[in-house]
Amino acid sequence: MSGKKRKLNPREQKLRREFLRSVVLTSGLVGTSLLGFIPLVKAEQRRLRPPGALAEQAFLAACIKCGQCVQVCPVQAIRLADIDDGFGIGAPFIGARAQACDFSCDGLQCVLACPTGALTHEINYSHETRMGFARLDRPAACFAIRGEGFKGQARGADFDGKLRYDDIDRWNPLYVRDNPYDLEICDLCVRHCPIEIRIGQCEAGKPPSGDQNQCPPRHAIKLEAFETVDGKAHMRPVVLNGCVGCGVCEMICPVEGDSAIVVDSRKTAETV
Amino acid sequence: MNRIGESFLQLLGKTPKKPAREEILPAAQEIHYYKKVNKVITREVIMKLHAVPHKNTWRNRRWLTLLVVNLLFVVSYYLDIQLLEGALTASRFMGFHMADLNSALQVMLAFKEVLINLVIGTTTVLIMWLLLGGRTFCSWVCPYHLVAEWAEKLHLKLVEKKIIKGVTFHRGMRTVLYVIFALLAVVTGYTVFETISPTGIISRALIYGPRIALVWVSFLLLFEIFVSRRAWCRYACPIGITYGIVGLVSPLRVTYNIQDCAHEGDCRKACLVPHVLDVTIKGRSRDVNMAIGADCTRCGLCVDLCPTDSLNFEYRFTGTGK
Repeated sequence: MSGKKRKLNPREQKLRREFLRSVVLTSGLVGTSLLGFIPLVKAEQRRLRPPGALAEQAFLAACIKCGQCVQVCPVQAIRLADIDDGFGIGAPFIGARAQACDFSCDGLQCVLACPTGALTHEINYSHETRMGFARLDRPAACFAIRGEGFKGQARGADFDGKLRYDDIDRWNPLYVRDNPYDLEICDLCVRHCPIEIRIGQCEAGKPPSGDQNQCPPRHAIKLEAFETVDGKAHMRPVVLNGCVGCGVCEMICPVEGDSAIVVDSRKTAETV
Repeated sequence: MNRIGESFLQLLGKTPKKPAREEILPAAQEIHYYKKVNKVITREVIMKLHAVPHKNTWRNRRWLTLLVVNLLFVVSYYLDIQLLEGALTASRFMGFHMADLNSALQVMLAFKEVLINLVIGTTTVLIMWLLLGGRTFCSWVCPYHLVAEWAEKLHLKLVEKKIIKGVTFHRGMRTVLYVIFALLAVVTGYTVFETISPTGIISRALIYGPRIALVWVSFLLLFEIFVSRRAWCRYACPIGITYGIVGLVSPLRVTYNIQDCAHEGDCRKACLVPHVLDVTIKGRSRDVNMAIGADCTRCGLCVDLCPTDSLNFEYRFTGTGK
């Protein structure tokens, strides 16, 4: 009886077909899961991650996709990625233009909530985070550069973003739309920078929670006057090496459409 | 082969075999012989047994538990009461860390570092499911299990009406997938399995709002309705193997008593993992009492269904059956 010619009996045929089907289904499932690689290759679309996030590859490895960081954030800055992020499914990110991290919590609650250390427990203060680094992306749109002031709601009446306005309410973040401005020259990116706010509080002798360790050692952003032919006062935002990439400047920037200043999630104060 | 070894192999995909005569203990042999000679199971007996409609006691308890656990996450987040924070993959129950064993394993393999919080969470959950039966997680907690149960009902209707003919796969493929996903986590450094895990996807969707990822879950359900009954849980899900291994030595299990069994096989027809109930086939039981294998999800469908009370939940630390 040669193995090549021998006809399989019905039971053997059935098992053989089942085996082949199983191979196909197994390959199909593994193949589908590996499609998750694709979104990762598009490096320029890297997400802004919450404070304390490890380097992207290690972060995605360590994150257990539970969303505990989402639940503790007082301004709901953190969202979980969908399946179009591939292996990044369920991992937290911050869409800074919609809602940035303003360190309202002071204590880095997301870091404390993380059960795996994907948000490293080695940092304790806002100025120790390295989420990214701000960059003036559309200088031509910047009101300060154009020498213009700003009056009204920073992001319009429909904007749902919140920030902590310390002098109004120390504990609860407030809607940006409920706090209109009237500025001679627009300085919102500097005015709302959480690092600059802390430096100001420390200089006034009132560090957050009375904790001297909360005081950032370096400035993050400043406005610099520059001369133009029209004789108007023009100011240029300059990002300094104390910037942690929290994204508040990107969120509050009142220009229409995309922000004039954006956070680059692939850079940090150490790598620019 | 000892009970746990055999149970493990069956979990990995081995098909249970009819025991040789000398493997059957004398007490069990006597009952097998008695039933055969005296023809105790007559048509009349069976008709009488089925005159009473079966209960849904365990199913109702289980569905309630599953819904309560999953809704606790949702309610805790929406009311901000910090009772059960996180999702099924990892959480804090009243501040105490919990981590799903399979998700934690994938993270450990991909990240190759383990933080103390994760050790605490994993150990807690490991002890919990050791005491509660291992795959009990599947049928009592996993949200995919519940929707798959409803999909299964549709599937069985379609089969009954001869609209479709269900196909089967080799159970061993779940073990192959388990190894592949473990290796992929180690080699790529990503938690590859989480991308397609319907358990994580549904749990997060319930808590954080619906996502496109649910399309993948719907696809799996459609596959189970139109192609293969309970395919994901039976042939694919590594979570089932992880918890199955925990269940190998668990004191909580379903046990089978051969004495009054009419060997009709209704239990096997209802079961998600019918190979574990092969001991209920005439002549298969090696002992008077047999513990059902680790692949059993302790769902209790068979316990509800059995008209002779031959299948029951048991909680004891010593072994039953050889």
